[in-house]
Amino acid sequence: MPFISIRDLRVAFDGTQVLHGVNLDVAKGEALGLVGESGCGKSVTWLAALGLLPGTARVTGSVTLDGQELCGASRSTLEGVRGGRVAMIFQDPSSSLNPVIRVGRQIAETLRIHRGLMGDAARLEAIRLMDMVGIPDARKRSDTYPHELSGGQCQRIMIAMALAGEPDLLIADEPTTALDATIQAQILDLLSAVRAETGMAMVFISHDLGAVSQVCDRICVMYAGRIVEEGRIDATFGNPRHPYTRGLFDAIPRLEGGRERLVPIHGTVPDPRNLSNGCAFSPRCDRATDFCRSNLPVLKPQPDGRFLSCFHPVTGISKSSCTSGQHESAAA
Amino acid sequence: MTALLEARDLVRVYEISRGLWKKPTLVRAVDRVSLSLSAGETLGVVGESGSGKSTLGRMLLGIDPATEGQVVFDGQPMPAMGTTEWRRLRAQMQLVFQDPLAALDRRLSIAEQIGEPLVIHGLATKSEVKERVAELMSAVGLRSDQAGRYPHELSGGQRQRVIIARALATEPRLLVCDEPVSALDVSIQAQVVNLLRDLQEKHGIAMVFISHDLKVVRNITDRVAVMYLGRIVEEASSDVIFTHPQHPYTRALVSSVPVPGRKLEARIILQGEPPNPARRPAGCAFHPRCPVVLPSCRTSAPKLGAVGTGHIAACHLIAQSDAPLVA
Repeated sequence: MPFISIRDLRVAFDGTQVLHGVNLDVAKGEALGLVGESGCGKSVTWLAALGLLPGTARVTGSVTLDGQELCGASRSTLEGVRGGRVAMIFQDPSSSLNPVIRVGRQIAETLRIHRGLMGDAARLEAIRLMDMVGIPDARKRSDTYPHELSGGQCQRIMIAMALAGEPDLLIADEPTTALDATIQAQILDLLSAVRAETGMAMVFISHDLGAVSQVCDRICVMYAGRIVEEGRIDATFGNPRHPYTRGLFDAIPRLEGGRERLVPIHGTVPDPRNLSNGCAFSPRCDRATDFCRSNLPVLKPQPDGRFLSCFHPVTGISKSSCTSGQHESAAA
Repeated sequence: MTALLEARDLVRVYEISRGLWKKPTLVRAVDRVSLSLSAGETLGVVGESGSGKSTLGRMLLGIDPATEGQVVFDGQPMPAMGTTEWRRLRAQMQLVFQDPLAALDRRLSIAEQIGEPLVIHGLATKSEVKERVAELMSAVGLRSDQAGRYPHELSGGQRQRVIIARALATEPRLLVCDEPVSALDVSIQAQVVNLLRDLQEKHGIAMVFISHDLKVVRNITDRVAVMYLGRIVEEASSDVIFTHPQHPYTRALVSSVPVPGRKLEARIILQGEPPNPARRPAGCAFHPRCPVVLPSCRTSAPKLGAVGTGHIAACHLIAQSDAPLVA
């Protein structure tokens, strides 16, 4: 049974639907990557699931954590889950930390709220956590303010704080995007090490396909508020089937590639206020037909274990036989 | 081949005040950097935040005055910022910024902004400006019906096209691009990178491409300079830098690039943080993080020396032997 299970999650801001029914499961101890371009709904999915969206957002659907319904749950229920069973870290660590409180105290505060630790016990545990996330000389550093630490170290503090509640699931929203290349490598390494040690599950939200493949087991590719492809990371990245996933791969320059011309995806991400009736990717897709433009593909399981929502998927090495059957079932 | 742009021993020192009564600290953001760029060539400048790459970019245009050293453009020393000569020269060298929304005026239509350099430099009459703006817009792939739009009505990629069109308006011979595609989504990034390459090939513009994204640098540049704490630590052709990096820092940087579809393995993960330019380590600045550090690295700073044809690096280990470094 999955640890957290999202069913038909829909989010609308001021009447504009931005999330169109997302279904997603995260098993215990699993690392799931969520990729897509800005505005595709990858962050909104989790903010909605944890009740962190502003009141103007209309959220419908179901989010269950170990059988407990979170969507529409009371504030106290959600506060017990957030920071405790499910922790979240964000892209910009320095804006998530309080600039006028010493970092050690900020971690200790989380320990008090979620584990009831007080005084010296909390202080020592905060130092232990800082040690665990690789902050040198943690005892001394616990007395510093966030501005005295570098971006990479602030992100380590955020991770320490997230670990303070001993979460079963960590949602990492673009945790390395603002960091330098060598520091990004350190943080990815740290996240993997922490997961190996604690066995917590992780959802890694990123637009960087490279970073995702380094730390995740499974991946979901999102486009315009929907999941378009989902599968094991090696299978999906080894042989992307959705034209959008394929396009993302082709658009990334390669280190070993030299100066060959890049293959961009033409056009831009659609405006959520006027999406077409058909596949949202069809205006940018080379494989799209009139059928794609008027009918909405559904995310369907494929023989190789992945999920795909496309009428004309890219046929890679393992040619799938079920593509023709999709036409009728989707049209019906 | 004569160089279009040459930088000789550039130094930029900033004063950082540490409070009212304390003496200000001097920070050498750029420390004796020399480089040259031929017409039509693309030089990549890579490094982490605080490495001085953006300061160097501004110094090459004369926006940030050099504390020491000299920039020579087309055989002539760079005039001081703000002088008439400098303004005239600036028409030939333009800057492309990272954040297009911050670099555009949100109260002017994009056509007005693209035409502005022509008006400022007095390069065209009113009717010519209109014609030229239309040309520029089509060159960067903007539709003519978008001319009256305002920056907030455009997407990030389109705004970056506006910035590029504006930079090209005066037909510059040099373009300094400071992280031009970092704020863009992958699919749009590829569009803009291709656009820059096409324009460069068509007009023979020399380009300094400053970025922390090694994958993009690999794709667009001919030559790459790697900076660490204000100094160039390695410079070579793009092919050599990415296939046979010599400096331990370059090696770590190249290996840290995440490749889609590959798990964590065989990467050189550096210990420690990028150092603070205000507290530069003694000896080789990289020694506190270097995986192959020698005792001599802590005391003496290595000099840039040739390690192959058109390949220079500053490392004691490379100077000592021809054998490849093993981290």
